[in-house]
Amino acid sequence: MTAAPVAATDHHYPSAIRVDHLTKRYPRRPVNAVDDVSFEVGRGETFGLLGPNGAGKTTLVDILTTAALPTAGRATLAGADVGADPICARKRLGVLPQRPNLDLSLRLGEILTYHAAYHGVPRGLRKARATELLQELGLADRAQDRIIFLSGGLQQRVLLARALMHDPQVLFLDEPTTNLDPQSRLFLWDRIRALSQRGVTVLLTTHDMEEAERLCDRVAIMDRGRIVALDTPERLQRLMPGATRLELHVTPGDGAQSPAGADLVGDALRRVPGITQVEGPARESGGDGAPRPTVYRVYGDGDDAGKLLANAAQAVVGTGATLHDLRLARSTLEDVYIHLTGRTLRA
Amino acid sequence: MSTSTRSAPHSGSHSRDHLAAALEAFVAIIGRDLLVTRREAFSFLVQTLVQPLFFLFVFGKVLPGIGVATAEFSVLLLPGIVAFTAFVTPLQSIATDLGRDLGFTREIDDRLLAPLPTYLVAVEKMLLAALRGLVAAALAFPCAALILGSGYDVRTDVVGPLIGLLVLTAMLGASLGLLLGTLVPLTRLPLLFSLVVTPLLFTGCTYYPWAALSGVRWFQVLTLFNPLTYAAEGLRWAMMPPSRVSTLATGWVLAALTAALVAAIPWGLRQFQRRVIR
Repeated sequence: MTAAPVAATDHHYPSAIRVDHLTKRYPRRPVNAVDDVSFEVGRGETFGLLGPNGAGKTTLVDILTTAALPTAGRATLAGADVGADPICARKRLGVLPQRPNLDLSLRLGEILTYHAAYHGVPRGLRKARATELLQELGLADRAQDRIIFLSGGLQQRVLLARALMHDPQVLFLDEPTTNLDPQSRLFLWDRIRALSQRGVTVLLTTHDMEEAERLCDRVAIMDRGRIVALDTPERLQRLMPGATRLELHVTPGDGAQSPAGADLVGDALRRVPGITQVEGPARESGGDGAPRPTVYRVYGDGDDAGKLLANAAQAVVGTGATLHDLRLARSTLEDVYIHLTGRTLRA
Repeated sequence: MSTSTRSAPHSGSHSRDHLAAALEAFVAIIGRDLLVTRREAFSFLVQTLVQPLFFLFVFGKVLPGIGVATAEFSVLLLPGIVAFTAFVTPLQSIATDLGRDLGFTREIDDRLLAPLPTYLVAVEKMLLAALRGLVAAALAFPCAALILGSGYDVRTDVVGPLIGLLVLTAMLGASLGLLLGTLVPLTRLPLLFSLVVTPLLFTGCTYYPWAALSGVRWFQVLTLFNPLTYAAEGLRWAMMPPSRVSTLATGWVLAALTAALVAAIPWGLRQFQRRVIR
């Protein structure tokens, strides 16, 4: 919990989203769901909110999309105050919610045209735009379908099409690819990239590292209602104590466990010059009966990854342990997350 | 897309834009509901009309036929049945709707995100539910004429007031549906019907005229706390030949119905807002 929100200074768009000391506390809850959060998202930017379930991402999205009222603070969408002028804000925003909330009484095409009608899109334009979006999202022959017969992936596409029907300036995607199969995920990622190229501002919440790294210009890492870090994915990765990460799969030697729980391998790794942090041992699942390999994660600084790797391997073998596998990886957003919050994202 | 950075929250043109947007959204939501109502017309009519028509058949036709009740009873019963239909249909339709909307499917979200004040979404719901109640009540008349045959006797000289009373009754049902549907937790919604609707129905003077209760004084007083009593009595006045019944004074009826509406509507709207905006 070291880093304060890093203000972004290197983008020169007028802000599409501006969040100012926003706090939300639900009645009869001991802690704030969103706790004094401030950030700005530039026009056309794709901005990620990364955090585990319960970090406050959805509450923040709820406030920004006028579905919840802030307890304190202020937020504006393209200049419209979401608390004081929700009607104006609603004209400018589109939402793809975490859970499908499609109107089950309507057919697919009607969902789109009625949504457009709610938003005052002229009658003549509604049909044309619906046809265009259905085409674009691979739903062209589905306009007459009932929603209950659609798979989760297709429902997600309908939700996206609906969110785009009134041509919003700011699009909120709340965990858009959770529960989607890999193919639908890739499809949706392509659509999101296309939108941002078209100049739509996108705020995306996710607990999927890869999604954040691939899609987002900047990422805010949320934990317990607060933003603990905010920067581009590349720069966030440089926040790590070591730029190099090693993953060692080890079965400790016979002597390794003798003095009641002593971690000989871990201690040996900590003594290696250049290694700044050792995580583990984390037992791997599987392999019943036989002594199971455990995983150590090691972070190192310095530029000579090869030397670090060799030294670490030597240290492990020196304790009498068996080294099954050794992987070298650049640190990912997940590592950054664990480093900042001490928790894994999928916990 | 070009006006986004401008922020002029309270200028005149701004609020006129809002009004136009809200009106457009409101009309579109009505359009949506009319479409859905049309699509579900058959099941809706079966749901709302079968029970009252059976009531009318058994109590208005069968019982007098076998000599257990007098023929007069069917004449007394019809206004009560009409009042009940106009009242319960919207109540039930709005409460079931809210069960879906606020529950797992959250189907209402798309309408809540439309550019109109949140309470207007609830107002629209009430209007449409009341409309359903009025249609059901109107259909009860020809059905009753068919069932009761020569026993059907409805005065036609106060049709205007009759329609007005039906509108008030349907709005009352809709507003109580909104209020109860938003006050009661979703898991308890099924209880609403046995714990609230049934007692309302049986203490609401739907099956007996108020004046006839004078022998059971405490019960007669109790019925005065049920708004349905005033609806049933009002309709009795507007439907039965004046010589055949004495009802609560129409002034009292109007005052009580209006008071109930004035209390229930704002309360229900506030409660709705509280439920949908977290």
